[in-house]
Amino acid sequence: MPRTPPATQVRVVTLTIDGQALSAREDETIIEVCRENKIPIPSLCWMDGLSIVGACRLCVVEMAGSPRLSAACSTRVAEGMQITTNSERLQRYRRTLVEMLFAERNHVCSVCVSNGHCELQWLAQTCGVDHVRMPYRNHAYDVDSSHEMFRVDHNRCVLCTRCVRVCDEIEGAHTWDVMGRGSDCKVITDLARPWGDSDTCTSCGKCVQVCPTGALVKQGTSVGEMVKDQQFLPILARRRHIR
Amino acid sequence: MNLDDLEELAVKYREEQGETDREVRVCVATACHSSGAPAVIEALEAAGAEPAADGARRCKVKGVGCMGLCSVGPMVAVAEPGADLRESDLYKSVTADDAAEIMASARSTDDATVERLHCPNDMPFFTRQRWIVRENSGIVDPDSFRGYVAVGGYAAMVQALSEMTPQEVINEISTSGLRGRGGGGYPTGLKWSTVAKMPAEQKYVICNADEGDPGAFMDRAILESDPHRVLEGMAIAAYAIGANKGYIYIRAEYPLAVERLKTAIRKAKRSGFLGNHICETQFNFDIEIRLGAGAFVCGEETALMASVEGGRGHPTPRPPYPAESGLWGRPTLINNVETFANIAPIVSNGGAWFAGIGTEKSKGTKVFALAGNILNGGLIEVDMGMTLREIIFDIGGGIPEGKAFKAVQTGGPSGGCVPDAHLDIGVDYDSLKTLGTMMGSGGMIVMDETSSMVDVARYFMEFCMTESCGKCVPCRTGTYQMHGLLDKIARADATHADLALLEELCEVVQATSLCGLGQTAPNPVLSTLRYFREEYEEKLAGSR
Amino acid sequence: MSGNRVTVATAWLDGCSGCHMSFLDMDERLVELADKIDIVYSPLVDSKTLPEQVDVGILEGSISNEEDLHKAQEFRRHCKLLVSLGDCAVNGNVPAMRNPFKLDAVFERSYRDNVDTQPQIPTEGVPSLFKTVRPIHGVVQVDVFVPGCPPHADTIYYILSELIGGRTPDPSQVTRFGA
Repeated sequence: MPRTPPATQVRVVTLTIDGQALSAREDETIIEVCRENKIPIPSLCWMDGLSIVGACRLCVVEMAGSPRLSAACSTRVAEGMQITTNSERLQRYRRTLVEMLFAERNHVCSVCVSNGHCELQWLAQTCGVDHVRMPYRNHAYDVDSSHEMFRVDHNRCVLCTRCVRVCDEIEGAHTWDVMGRGSDCKVITDLARPWGDSDTCTSCGKCVQVCPTGALVKQGTSVGEMVKDQQFLPILARRRHIR
Repeated sequence: MNLDDLEELAVKYREEQGETDREVRVCVATACHSSGAPAVIEALEAAGAEPAADGARRCKVKGVGCMGLCSVGPMVAVAEPGADLRESDLYKSVTADDAAEIMASARSTDDATVERLHCPNDMPFFTRQRWIVRENSGIVDPDSFRGYVAVGGYAAMVQALSEMTPQEVINEISTSGLRGRGGGGYPTGLKWSTVAKMPAEQKYVICNADEGDPGAFMDRAILESDPHRVLEGMAIAAYAIGANKGYIYIRAEYPLAVERLKTAIRKAKRSGFLGNHICETQFNFDIEIRLGAGAFVCGEETALMASVEGGRGHPTPRPPYPAESGLWGRPTLINNVETFANIAPIVSNGGAWFAGIGTEKSKGTKVFALAGNILNGGLIEVDMGMTLREIIFDIGGGIPEGKAFKAVQTGGPSGGCVPDAHLDIGVDYDSLKTLGTMMGSGGMIVMDETSSMVDVARYFMEFCMTESCGKCVPCRTGTYQMHGLLDKIARADATHADLALLEELCEVVQATSLCGLGQTAPNPVLSTLRYFREEYEEKLAGSR
Repeated sequence: MSGNRVTVATAWLDGCSGCHMSFLDMDERLVELADKIDIVYSPLVDSKTLPEQVDVGILEGSISNEEDLHKAQEFRRHCKLLVSLGDCAVNGNVPAMRNPFKLDAVFERSYRDNVDTQPQIPTEGVPSLFKTVRPIHGVVQVDVFVPGCPPHADTIYYILSELIGGRTPDPSQVTRFGA
């Protein structure tokens, strides 16, 4: 769904979210109204400032009068809407969705550079995922460290496509895109060439900043890279001694 | 050009076809083509070139579209010009070696047929059908523009352009009660009038020919047999909604249909029936073909449009609907092949005529592809509301090798199965939903007593898993997990907890997926669980 | 051994023992706990056999070999309540990072590539490795999941206190994957 610029004349509508009467501009989406009013709805692919893809499905809500669930990110508010964001059923669905994400790739939090500041990890905790009921996919994914400043670890990618969108819509480089189908999907740089060989990447780092997990990170942040260089000491000590 | 001018043209084309007493029609659609039709045509033509006896009937060999009984192809029909299948001498499983014999029989003035190959034209397979969409199938040469005009083709378009306003066209379609034949069943008239009402200057018409359900080949046969019928329907739609550009999105796996469409478009353009100033009117409409690269999800309309635009074929959330913001952000009408193929007869005969056929809420006929464990495999067109039992046992001839019927899968990977107990239900959009399946685009896979329903569910889940575009989490990861669980059950390795988890995943994927592919992916599992739960439970190990 | 006290057994499967270390990190609270629980079987105590009936079984580490599986099944049989302690037990964690690789490649890497002198793959007296490392609940039913690598001593104290008090703990309140 393309982001529409704010129209010059918009009406204000009133709606109910979780029993709370609220007013909103009619060009706002449900998730925007929820964020404004501190109503917590989990989300992963949605990010204020980027176009809407409705891919993670974590923000689905119930709407009175509709048998189907609606994604809060891709549904605009309307007069008289009655929305439930946190029913037992929705909680159960969200838990399952987060579990499925953990089972899909190799998210090993304990040895991740994003441990402690990862949105997926945080989602698991807030959605009450303390274990994953389904079997892990255990598929090997590669790590591309060819870029001098950044690294992509596909083991930790959730395919939210925030990197793809920020690179295209904000930086204007469109270095990132997606290839493949189903669980074999992969974010790629240029035409699936190593990131370090990319002609289009401006090394702006926006993709790294918007990545919710440890899939896109700065180089030099992993444990193995924290190597100490102590060669200076004997050299300096010897020189001082000579003097 | 008005209808009189067109009729003059049709008469001229009929005369051009020359003096022929009998046509020897050979099916050249994919099924018969691949079982040897080209060699049969060649041999028949060679036999026809031999001098005939005095007083013999003059015969002409002609490649035609699908006759329906694909399982016993190549099919050959010997008929007087203009006669339909029920009035023809039909031959099945014809080879090049049989050509001389058939030609001799066709030429002979007595009504003897080649008994060895004879296929009775009064069997229920032929007599119980009603041909609207397929009225020209097996009769006209799909590569001949003149042949189509000669049987009254393009009359509906000329009538619409010369005698009707766009609103009148839409009114006829609305009156007819026609609903989308791709499976959704959305009222076609309503869709057309919505797009027509959009104020935009640029609008598009798209024909969805990305038929992808396993076992379904209705659209392919229509395009291979009567491509001009679809072009005519699209042109009428474009006139009604105010579009000047159309796209046919067809999968590259249908090379024969693509070739026939290309030929049809080229010939229609050359004759002034497509392009600028169609039939000397102010109406312009051009059609381009877009080839799909074989992704099932591209049959979903938002993904299809993304693919036509040259982007990655994955779906986007609706609204906005294509009618409001479709191809390149413009109002776009998307209909399925069979829907477009219904348009010309509705315009010619009037919406009321069409509304008189079928059931209360599902009007007209539906083309079904009969596949699987069934005697008369092939394509049929029947009135909406015919029961599954009539379709499978009367028309389809029942189950081969004396085996018992077990279930029929309708609606492909988005549908479900119907067991024997419910076979007396009349097939239409709404009835099958009450059984937990859907009519879908028309695929019917018949299964006999030897089929394992867990295997069936696993097969369709594997299909959905490999066809998931990977965009949304529930479809991408859920189909993988459900397939794993079904595989575990099929291997008799699973526990009751696994079955419970499978059912829960079905619920989550159905409720939360972004597009129809994911939302309906659990249907074959839910449906087989509903009617054949014991088959699942038999395979479960004692719970831990 | 007092009859009223809650009996607790712990075992260390394929893990680093960090969760047991974290257990010991409860420090002076261990003294307080000692009044309420009896550790009847554990790497931390001397007894070598699992009693017939244990109230709470705590497992650290994942299921990587025959021995782990055997131990987990034994715990399930003997313990009324089974706790998966730490990420290895809950989701496989670091031991499971070998899962995307073939077993032969894992052996090659561990016992040949990374060994300087006399590399050899041990076969005698060691349990055979499974192709896939699984969390505990992949082989037996688990009642309480305590993620964390390792779960903080405060977390373990909270969980134990709740269980002793007969309540159902909510680990999400105090810990998470990788915490």
